[in-house]
Parts: sequence; structure tokens; C-alpha cells
Amino acid sequence: MAQITINGKVVKAREGEMLLGVIKREGIDIPALCDHPAIEPTGNCRLCMVEISRAEWEGWKKYVTSCLYPVEDGLIVHTHTPELLEIRKNLIDLQLARCPESELIQKMAEDYGIHKTSYEIRPDSDNCIMCYACTRICEVLGCSAISPAMRGHDKKIAPPFDQPPPDCIGCLACAKICPTNVIKWHDEGGTRTIWDKSFEMISCKQCGKKIITKDFAAYIVEKRSLPPEYFDLCDDCKRVETARKMGEIVARVEEVAL
Amino acid sequence: MRLESVKELALLRYDAVVKREAQSKKILVCLGPGCLAGGSEQILAEFKIQLKKKKIKGVKLEAVKQTGCQGLCARGPLVTIEPEGIMYTKVRKPDVAEIVESTLIKGEVVEKLLYSEPQDKKKKIPHYKDIPFYSGQTKIALRNVGRIDFHEINDYIAVGGYAALAKVLTKMKPKQVIDEVVTSGLRGRGGAGFPTGRKWATCAKIEEEPRYVLCNGDEGDPGAFMDRCIMEGDPHSVLEGMIICSYAVGSHEGYIYVREEYPLAIVNLQKAIEDAREVGLLGKNILGSGHDFDIKISKGAGAFVCGESSALMKSVAGDVGEPRAKYIRSVQKGLHDKPTVLNNVESYANIPVILEKGGKWFASIGTKKSTGTKAFSLAGKVENTGLVEVPMGTSLKEIIFDIGGGVPEGREFKAVQTGGPSGGCLPASKLDLPVDFDSLTEAGSMMGSGGMIIMDNRTCMVEIARYFLEFLVKESCGKCVPCREGLYQLYQLCTKITKGQGCEEDIALMEKLSKTIQTASLCGLGQSGPNPFLSTIQYFRDEYLAHVRDKKCPGGVCRELIRFEINDNCNGCQACPKVCPVNAISGEKKKLHVIDQDLCTRCGSCEAVCRYDAIDVF
Repeated sequence: MAQITINGKVVKAREGEMLLGVIKREGIDIPALCDHPAIEPTGNCRLCMVEISRAEWEGWKKYVTSCLYPVEDGLIVHTHTPELLEIRKNLIDLQLARCPESELIQKMAEDYGIHKTSYEIRPDSDNCIMCYACTRICEVLGCSAISPAMRGHDKKIAPPFDQPPPDCIGCLACAKICPTNVIKWHDEGGTRTIWDKSFEMISCKQCGKKIITKDFAAYIVEKRSLPPEYFDLCDDCKRVETARKMGEIVARVEEVAL
Repeated sequence: MRLESVKELALLRYDAVVKREAQSKKILVCLGPGCLAGGSEQILAEFKIQLKKKKIKGVKLEAVKQTGCQGLCARGPLVTIEPEGIMYTKVRKPDVAEIVESTLIKGEVVEKLLYSEPQDKKKKIPHYKDIPFYSGQTKIALRNVGRIDFHEINDYIAVGGYAALAKVLTKMKPKQVIDEVVTSGLRGRGGAGFPTGRKWATCAKIEEEPRYVLCNGDEGDPGAFMDRCIMEGDPHSVLEGMIICSYAVGSHEGYIYVREEYPLAIVNLQKAIEDAREVGLLGKNILGSGHDFDIKISKGAGAFVCGESSALMKSVAGDVGEPRAKYIRSVQKGLHDKPTVLNNVESYANIPVILEKGGKWFASIGTKKSTGTKAFSLAGKVENTGLVEVPMGTSLKEIIFDIGGGVPEGREFKAVQTGGPSGGCLPASKLDLPVDFDSLTEAGSMMGSGGMIIMDNRTCMVEIARYFLEFLVKESCGKCVPCREGLYQLYQLCTKITKGQGCEEDIALMEKLSKTIQTASLCGLGQSGPNPFLSTIQYFRDEYLAHVRDKKCPGGVCRELIRFEINDNCNGCQACPKVCPVNAISGEKKKLHVIDQDLCTRCGSCEAVCRYDAIDVF
């Protein structure tokens, strides 16, 4: 166990765990747009920056992103100095220029007293804040169907060569994790469309409800070594079926008892 | 033939030296980037044709050697005749027959091809060593560049190549090698200036295997070509440095990361690697020492950010070249998350000399905190554009005026940009500044990899800032917000000012934004990204104010803010109306011409063509 000081309070933490987790555990409100428990941190949004120092540094300090900085014994952390607040305000101001329509960013900007961005609004802006949550979750799932593409200010999240991604299985993990709801998809009839790729949906053999895409089902069945009939029924019908089976068993047990 | 021992290498060297000495006459044709563009390949071929034709006694065909950059690019294509050391400048294919006839056969000098001083065109200097451009230099990293045939491993061996490696493998323990590098005080020549010895020592201490030795050949600064010239002109010095490093840190696998824009560097390095492998200087059991090490070339696609260590390692591993936060340093977790030593091309090229002559010797050159020499590429408004190497601590003035020959066309020196796009511009008042890592950083610029761009009084510093910001906006990897969005906005604001649409509040906003970008960016590119703006606003604030307050561009560059007018010097020669693309200039022959300001697009063609200094820029 390591002992660190956060805003003057002595806190115990695991050596090597990331600072941001400890700060959040302490109930300190610190913004972070690209952090998510399901994925490894990458430090894109820079909002969780904190000031660190050590007693032996004799007043020297540095700014680090807390999502990536591992806990070390003796660390002295400050999370809300005027300099940090200024940095965060500026970063949110920049994000607002990039994503003026995003409700999430608008709300954050209001919290920091920004009513209008100081900068030039990006022409044709979408709401993508480039947090990479989508590409990271896709990687975690083992698909890596989408990735950051291009460079600099033209950087975007895209499937290879902007074509329907061959490795996408239509699981929607990217769309669901996106904090600003940029990734669009729709289910229509028996078809799901995402990233310009269409997927055939599996229907529940009982009620006909659409469950998941055929590709996603095949992927899970293979990866988890599940029986091929695993996705024959939807969750609801599975529950009904389980209940029916349980009823039969109970009846049989009673019969035997009699 | 595979060399099984140090003794066999010594024998090979003896042979190579004898062969080299027997061929005392040498014709060194520069195939460096500048001369190559000037057609030096045809000159090389022509020399061979002429020699075949004339059959001169004692001058064999092998006497014609293709070398790397000989340095004085401004006067290229260059040809040096050894052993006399006669340097011919601006050589054209038809001159070759004359050189053969006069110099090689009759032993006479071809006057018209000799170097002449920019200030005194009549003063001809036959020997390159007497030219101020060369006499002011001290060459360590560039010791062989331009002097040996880059495709001949025996040439490298003949001038003492791989002797340091032999010494290291037989007489030194890895720890001693590291200590020697520590003593030398060598700091990373890629720009950051981290002590090389300390880097090696940290890597050697980590127990994890495998460890990698990487070479950063991703020189991306506009106007910089030092590493390129070393890789092209003396590839074996880089290999030798890397092999010594691999022995010191216990690595068996190395990569040289070279950008695809340097095709000749890739070819020459590949040839060098193959030749070194063939004689057993790479591969298993090098010189019978039991040490194994091999090198592969990893080609980059030319992203500037891939010169950043963590992005480079990702790129070598086949991933998108994006930097990561280096709270855990790459020497601990580098390529494939394994301990990795990454050094710059020039750093490696220094290593063999350090091991041969000793760390103390190296530390005696340069300044206390920046030891040794540094290679620079001089570009921009300077007489002697080219490649130079000087001891650290040499003043900017010495480099630009004594070696570089000063600003051409009698114009005034305005600023020098050092450190590449993320470096800074230093004004005339800083000309006495000693060029070393710390002095440059203190002055608001940085050493960077060694690009030096000289600017004259017809340069607009706001426009320069805008140009470099544009470069950085395009070359940022785009991963983190301050760099991607911040630099973009900084660029937008700067563009606004160059168009005459800026106000003083914009400058204040840029200063505030720069601070955030510096502190909050993930890697060095972003952290140093605002430097083009910060260093120009520090030294040339007046120029920014002229743009925003008076809507004037003192450098006479920003089109929206300038106007061209014809003065009384005009004799009506009618040269300018002919070149004006929009027919804005009118006037009869031998009478004063006039520019129609409504039609004029401020392209500057008239000013460029006027021989009577009759066009004023306001």
C-alpha cells in the first residue's frame, strides 16, 4: 500500500494503480472525457490533469494526466489549483469550438463559465471529441474494425479506407460507449446498419424478436465455445423457457415424491 | 569472406589501406541530396567514360568515387580531386573532359570551376581546406561523409572503421563501454539532449529480455538534412555505433527507422547492412566475440510525429504512429513493451570515435554541459547553404557569417530559426549566443536536430510563425486535444493576423492558448508546438503589432497588407509589364510605368524582374 496526499488529505492507495481512480474514490469531482472502466486509458482529453510533487522535489512540480499516472508512495497531488482550472477551461473551450452541438460539451462549458467559445468553430463539425473510446472498445473485443485515421486536425475515426469495415460484427459496442452519441446505427426489418455495413439479424425462434447480428452471434459462439443453438431464443423467451422447464422438473419431483 | 576474429579485421584493414594508398589519385563526386539534384550522377558517369577513353597512367577507373554530401551544397555539384584536395564547384557534364585533361593529365587547375568568395568573386580558392566554410569546421560525426565511397565497406575500414568495435569487443566490458560514453558527456543529437550514457546505463540495468537497439532516422524538420547525409554518405558509422551500443546494453536485435522520403538512405543503409553481414560484422558471433546482433531497416511513411520516441516505436511495431504518455520511460518499456535504447543517427555516428579516442577527449570539445560537436544544415537566406559541423558553443554569428558566408544580395540578417518547426526564431541581438542545448532553450528556441534556417529583412516573422504552425497542425498526430485543437486555433489566429484581420485581443488569446498547449500536450510535439509563435512574439512583437494596429507588414510579405509602387528609378524598360500576370502595369517605352493597385495581386513578379531597383514595397 502506498500513501499519497490529495489536496492535503492523506490517502491510501495501491502502488501502481492510476491516480484518477484514487481521486474519484475520494469523491473528488474531476472531469474526464476519455476515461472508461472497460478500456485502457490513453490520455486523449487531458482534462484529468493534476499537479504532482514530492517532498524531496523542493517545490518543483509537474502536471500529469491522472488517468495514466501510476500511484507512487509519497506523491503529493493537487486537483484544483487555479492553473489546473485554467487549463481545463481552455481545453473545454477548444472542445466547444470543435463540437458546438454536443450537449455533453455544452454542459461542461457552462460548468466552467464558458457561454461561447473563444475560438473559431470547426466548419462541418460533428460531435466527435476524439476520445478513442470506440476504437479502444473495438480492440478489447478483438475486432479492431475501426481506428483513428489521418493526422493532425483532419484526424477522424474511420473504418479502413472509409469502406464498410470487413472486421465489424455489428455489436454496437462503439456506438454504446460513445460519450457524445456520434456513431449512428439503425435496425430496420431484419437488418442492422452501422459504419455503412449491413448485418442480418437473428430472430428469436419463439417470438420473432430480433436478437443480435448473425456475425456477432457466430463470433461469440466461437470465442466462448458456446453451443450453436445458444442464440435461438431471445432473453425473454429464454426466461420463459427456463421457467417452463423448472415447472416440469418441480412437477416431476412432486410426482416422484407422491 | 567472414571475419572470424579481430586479427582478421586488422588484416583486411591492412589490405584496404594498401589498395587505397596505391590509388592515390581519387576523384570524389558528391552524390549528396543537393548535388544529386544538380545532376551529379551524370558527372560521375561522364568521369568514367572520359577515364576509359583517355587511359591515364596511374588513374584507374576505381579512382572515381561516389561520396555523400561534401557540404557546400550552394556551390554544387561538387567534385574533389585527391590527394591535392582541389575542389571544383558548379561542375557541369561538359566540364568533366576539361578536368580530366587539365587536372588529371597536365596537373593544372581549372580556374573557372574553383570556389570564389561571395564578397570577392575574383579571389579563387583551389583547396577546399582553405575555404572558410571548411576551415571553420570540426568534423566528428561527419568525419567520413563526402570523403569515402558510401558503397565500399573497405573504404570505411581503410579509414579506421570498425576499429572501435574491435577494441570494444576484445578489450572492454559492457560496463566500461557505458562508462566511456557517460564520460564523453554525449547528449542525444535528435534534439532533446538526454545524456546518451545514462540512457544506456538504465537499459543495461533492466533484467528483462529481449532488449532492442533502435536508431532514429526519421529526420522530419523542413530544411534539415544532417542525418540523411550521414545515412547516405557514411552508413557504416551508424551501424558501428549501433553494434557497440548493442554490446553495451546486451541487445541482439536492432532497427533503423528511416522515412520513405529518404530512398537513397534506405538503399545505402541496406547495402551497408548486407556488406557488414557478409564479413561477419553483423549477425552471429561478431568477430568471434560471441556477441550476436543484427539490424533491420524499418521504413516510416514520413509522419513528422514518428520522430517522437514512443510514436516511432509504435510505428516500428506496425501500429499507428501515435505517442503515448511516457510516465514509464521507453528505455524500460519501449518497442513491444521491452527495454529499448533509441538514439539518433548523429549520436550513433559519434560513438565509434568516442570509444576510439576516449570519452575524455570528446568531453574536451565543446562546452561543459554540451560536449562534442554538432552537425547543422544551413538553409534559407545564407550564402553557403550546406552541411556543417562545429564544436558546441560556437556562436550563431560564427556559424552564419564566418562559415555560412552571411546573407546574400547585401541584405540584412533578420533572424535564424533553429530546432525545426517546434524550435524558435532568434533575432540579430542573439547572434553572439553560443550554440549549445541549454543556451538555445534559455533563449526560447531549441537545438532540435540541427536545422538552421536563416532569414533576411524581407521575411515576415508573423508569416514564418504561420508557416511553421501550419506544418505542425498537419503533422500533429491528432490524438490529444491541446495539440490537435490548440495548434489549429493558434494557426487560425495567426493566419487572421497575416491577412490583416487580427486585433490585439487575438495576440493575448494566442499567448493564453500557447500556455495551455505547452502544459497540457501529451508529447514533445505539442509541448513545443507553440514555439514558432512564442519565440517570434518574444523577439518581434513590434511586427505583430504593425500587422494588427497599422495593418502593415514590415517584411513586405503578407499580400493583404502590402502594395507595390514604381519609383523614379524606372527607365521604362518594359520588363515588368511583360511578367505581370494580371496586366496591372502600364506605361510607354522609356517612360515611367504605373501599377494599377486595383488590379495588382501583389505577386511580386515585377519586383523580381526589375533590374533598376525601381519597385518599392510598402
